[in-house]
Amino acid sequence: MTWADLLFLLPEIVLSIGGCLLLLAPVIGGRNNGVAAKWSMLLLLVATAAAIYVAAGAGIPSLALGTLFVADPFAVFFKLLFVVVIAMITLLSAEFLEDGRYSAWEYYSLMAFALCGMMFMASGTHLISIYVGLELLSLASYILAGYYKNETRSTEAAMKYFVLGATSSGILLYGMSLIYGACGSLHLEAISQAVATMAGNQALIIGVMLLGAGLCFKVAAVPFHVWTPDVYTGAPTPVTAFLSTASKVAAFAIFARIFYMGLHSLEPDWNSIIATVAALSMIVGNLAAVTQTNVKRMLAYSSIAHAGYALLGVLAMSEIGLQGVLIYMLVYAFANIGTWAMVMLLRRREYAGENVDDFDGLHKSAPLYAFAMVVFLLSLGGIPPTAGFIGKYYLFAAAISAGYAWLAVIAVLMSAVSMFYYFRLVVAMYLKDGAAADVIPSRQVRFIVIVCLIATLTLGILPERMIRGAARSIAPIVNLASR
Amino acid sequence: MAIGEYLWLVPLLPLVGAAINGFRAAYAKGEKSKTLTNGVALGSTLLSAIIASFAAWRYGLAKVPYEVVYWDWIPAGLGNVAGGLLGNFNVELGLQIDSLSITMMMVVTWIGFLIHVYATGYMGHEKGYTRFFAYLNLFMFMMLLLVLGNNYVVMFVGWEGVGLCSYLLIGFYYDKTFAADAGKKAFITNRIGDFGFLLGIFLLFNWFGTADYTKVFALAAHDPLRFEGVATLLCLCLFVGACGKSAQFPLYVWLPDAMAGPTPVSALIHAATMVTAGVYMVVRSNVLFRLSPEAMLVVACVGAFTAIFAATIGLAQNDIKKVLAYSTVSQLGYMFLAAGVGAYTAAIFHLMTHAFFKACLFLGAGSVIHGCSGEQDMRKMGGLGKYMPRTHVTMGIATVAIAGIPPLAGFFSKDEILASAFFKRFETLGEPWSWFPLVLFGVGMLAAMCTAFYMFRLYFMTFVGEYRGAAEAGHGAHAGHDAHGHDDHSQGHADDHGHYGGAPHESPWSMTGVLWILAVGSILAGLVGFPLALIGKHQPTYFQSWLEPILLPIGGHAFHFHEAELTMEVILIAASVAVAVIGIVIAYFFYKADPSWSKPKQLAAGAPKLYDVLLNKYYVDEIYGATVIRGTIVLSLILKWIDTNIVDGAVNGVRHVTVLIFGHGSNLVDKYVVDGAVNGVASGAKGSSTLLRRMQTGVVQNYALVMGAGVVLLAVVYLAFEVLGKMQG
Repeated sequence: MTWADLLFLLPEIVLSIGGCLLLLAPVIGGRNNGVAAKWSMLLLLVATAAAIYVAAGAGIPSLALGTLFVADPFAVFFKLLFVVVIAMITLLSAEFLEDGRYSAWEYYSLMAFALCGMMFMASGTHLISIYVGLELLSLASYILAGYYKNETRSTEAAMKYFVLGATSSGILLYGMSLIYGACGSLHLEAISQAVATMAGNQALIIGVMLLGAGLCFKVAAVPFHVWTPDVYTGAPTPVTAFLSTASKVAAFAIFARIFYMGLHSLEPDWNSIIATVAALSMIVGNLAAVTQTNVKRMLAYSSIAHAGYALLGVLAMSEIGLQGVLIYMLVYAFANIGTWAMVMLLRRREYAGENVDDFDGLHKSAPLYAFAMVVFLLSLGGIPPTAGFIGKYYLFAAAISAGYAWLAVIAVLMSAVSMFYYFRLVVAMYLKDGAAADVIPSRQVRFIVIVCLIATLTLGILPERMIRGAARSIAPIVNLASR
Repeated sequence: MAIGEYLWLVPLLPLVGAAINGFRAAYAKGEKSKTLTNGVALGSTLLSAIIASFAAWRYGLAKVPYEVVYWDWIPAGLGNVAGGLLGNFNVELGLQIDSLSITMMMVVTWIGFLIHVYATGYMGHEKGYTRFFAYLNLFMFMMLLLVLGNNYVVMFVGWEGVGLCSYLLIGFYYDKTFAADAGKKAFITNRIGDFGFLLGIFLLFNWFGTADYTKVFALAAHDPLRFEGVATLLCLCLFVGACGKSAQFPLYVWLPDAMAGPTPVSALIHAATMVTAGVYMVVRSNVLFRLSPEAMLVVACVGAFTAIFAATIGLAQNDIKKVLAYSTVSQLGYMFLAAGVGAYTAAIFHLMTHAFFKACLFLGAGSVIHGCSGEQDMRKMGGLGKYMPRTHVTMGIATVAIAGIPPLAGFFSKDEILASAFFKRFETLGEPWSWFPLVLFGVGMLAAMCTAFYMFRLYFMTFVGEYRGAAEAGHGAHAGHDAHGHDDHSQGHADDHGHYGGAPHESPWSMTGVLWILAVGSILAGLVGFPLALIGKHQPTYFQSWLEPILLPIGGHAFHFHEAELTMEVILIAASVAVAVIGIVIAYFFYKADPSWSKPKQLAAGAPKLYDVLLNKYYVDEIYGATVIRGTIVLSLILKWIDTNIVDGAVNGVRHVTVLIFGHGSNLVDKYVVDGAVNGVASGAKGSSTLLRRMQTGVVQNYALVMGAGVVLLAVVYLAFEVLGKMQG
């Protein structure tokens, strides 16, 4: 451990200390003050963003903790995205924390620890450092999912998530141990060198399969998705937004890094598995969403489908594919958080906002928000000129150029199906009269909706900076893969 | 000044108009000023039309195609494409000016402007007036983007955009479930089309490494042999897209329902412009289609079949807008027939003339509906010529034009299509497909007869005879069936006019003036396609020469327009006029000469089954409902069931075994481990008890088991692919 190490680890250090302070704050201040907690959290996020900036500028080789940790542009891309996403979720959460029934300080400190875990995931170059980050994220997530302590649905969600999450961690670890057995190392670069000569090694392949299964659980891909609808429906809506964006994006960060950095030369052995998972996710996720009447459940299935699309980028093993993953995560985060914010907006009135009917007639009472919702749904469906189109364009193009034309056909067909259920909300908002007519949005949720709306449109119409950013971010990984 | 410096204004001005009016509609308090709304909406459209005309004039001077790239929209860089080549996945946002896009641009801007003017009169009494014009302007922007874009992706952006506007406008009378359903149907059907289009775009990238028109067509034209093999699949994908947007069989079902929207929308979007986007796309891609005679034959067959299929449905409809809707589907079929037999110029020519007379007919129908206080059932009209003379004359002209009577516009374009079908041979396809266009020619003639018949039936039922308005209320059993499709214009009117159910009245000048302009267009627009053979000159028509630059020579062989002997040409013209006259004469004897309509009633009674089938549009909606829609929902329900119940069902057996073996042990685990954990998390007693119950029904364990099964599944997949790979290798 050197001073340079500390510099590269600065964001994580800031977050860890900040998370502890948030936890201690009520002891010092003695009061459950939601507003103060929110501002402290936002301040912490600003500090983290500044730390990321400092760490990114600290120079090359940017390795810390021996070689367990790297602060490369790939990690920076995801870390900045995480900070933005968590900031939005902080604002979304403020509403249910400010009425004092739930401890706000604890909530935000858990969020800070989860963020810290995600950052370790983004930076990990060693399966153990990645795993530790993943567990930090997961443990915080289990508690957050059950944060409505007095609601049966919420505790049930937490319990299911915990038991299944633990199972998946077991599977993941078992996979890692097999890989270690075969390669003699858990470092991604060492694995990469070792597997280059080991095509067809059965133990290694079983290890990769189990590792993949564990990761598929985290990104909620079929057949490891069974927890998703229940947990997403049961968890408090801001936490659902967190699980379906931040947590999923972090899981894709490690998915991409492990497969691109460590396992790329083993591609002929694992491509059939990932292709099957991607196809199943797109098909099951989209078709099961068609008949859902509960919006949270529908979005849960849709998020399963989105994991399937993003897997195309992992599968492609190409520059376009990896860029596609990054871009898709970025555009998906904004559209998805925007959608969840809309669900929350309607949720103001007790438990409304969860059913498709609750959106009836929204366009008359809140034209801007109805419009924003249309934009989010179009983006999720991949219709230009929203950002979602750019993401899908990359992923589908990557699938085709990697020779997976059949998967691209499924993907395009299934995005057509997805518009079917997204459009039900558009019909409800624009073509029906109804209850949503008297909605009074809270200021913070409104702010998030507007931010997501602007981002979704801007990234769709002027995506150049995003694309160049993604291209820069993948450089270290692609260079390594082509070596 | 180069065209590129101001061309962007053409699409952008309507967008600005849409933004201003959209903002006012959403946020302005109280009564919005109609003058301001009109000024913004009409002003932006008119200005756009004038700039478009200026650009067209400048193009006409030099005849040099012009392409301008405004920015690099998706700088995706290089990627592998078919054959191990590197392709460019970049997408630029650029506009393109050539004779085809100019033709489309002029049709869209000017007819669009006229319909805007008409709508100020027609929609005058509606709620949401400003919002309506915002949507309409937004539509103009998207449509112009579609026709002016310089690559397929930009076309796709416009393609999706016009679709969205169309759904919003169909559902404009949003308080009616029928309109909502119609919008939904249009949306879903179009998704099937878009699926094809999007696949086509990706195939283009895959095989050509680009989606720019100029580059793709140059590659294809330069090296036809290399792309012949892939052209069929590519063209069929694109054509699926065209079928969705242009309402061809089997994806036409949305268009007739879309008439639930306000009539100006029907005229602008569902007759004159948006639905012709598919035709534009096929003609734009003519170089690709010409590489694949198979794909062309498919296009021609689908077009001809749609033409006759929709025309026969049109024979039995009683709703004035439904007749026009099926007529539109049928006429679009003609355009695809033309494109399919290689008469690309004829397709665009018919597109243009159709825009005039069909817009005129729809707007005339709107005027009739307006005058009859919202009535759309032609059986309750009649004798309107007396009450609304200007509408009567203009609609009469358009009816003659669509029926194909010379020298009106429809005659020239339809005749050119039929003649092209008559002369076309697909030599490379062998017997019997080589001469199949002759069959299509026959189908086209038959459809022309039907068209003349149902259009004059509409004319006689509406304008001639005695007014049957109030007297025949509650007509027949089928009236209710049609009624839910109405645009029900009456809503906003009844109180304003105070003559609900009274005598029909003529519409204001803002409406009839537009009708006159369109009627004049319906008379004159055909002259640009006057077959010069008739005056002894063996050369292409003016319109053909105008569009010739887009018909690139393939592999060094220039495009040939069909040429015919003068006698043959005259015989064909005589035949096509003859069928039109036959149709008109039958309509005359059925609906004019005998005011009690005894002949058609006898016919309907004589073959009740056939009549029912026609009246119910061949039951296609019902068939779709029973198969495709039901199928998807059932599949979705099955998946949902598996997702929620697999656990309790299939896996329960396994759990029971586990419980038997570990019996007591697992109970202890449940009691202490789970209880403990639960109590830690859930402080409420109710929460923990329900939770325990759920835990003990085994949901969580079963989910975990499903995950285990998932791992096994992955292993099986891996092994299966291994074995397959070994077998192939």
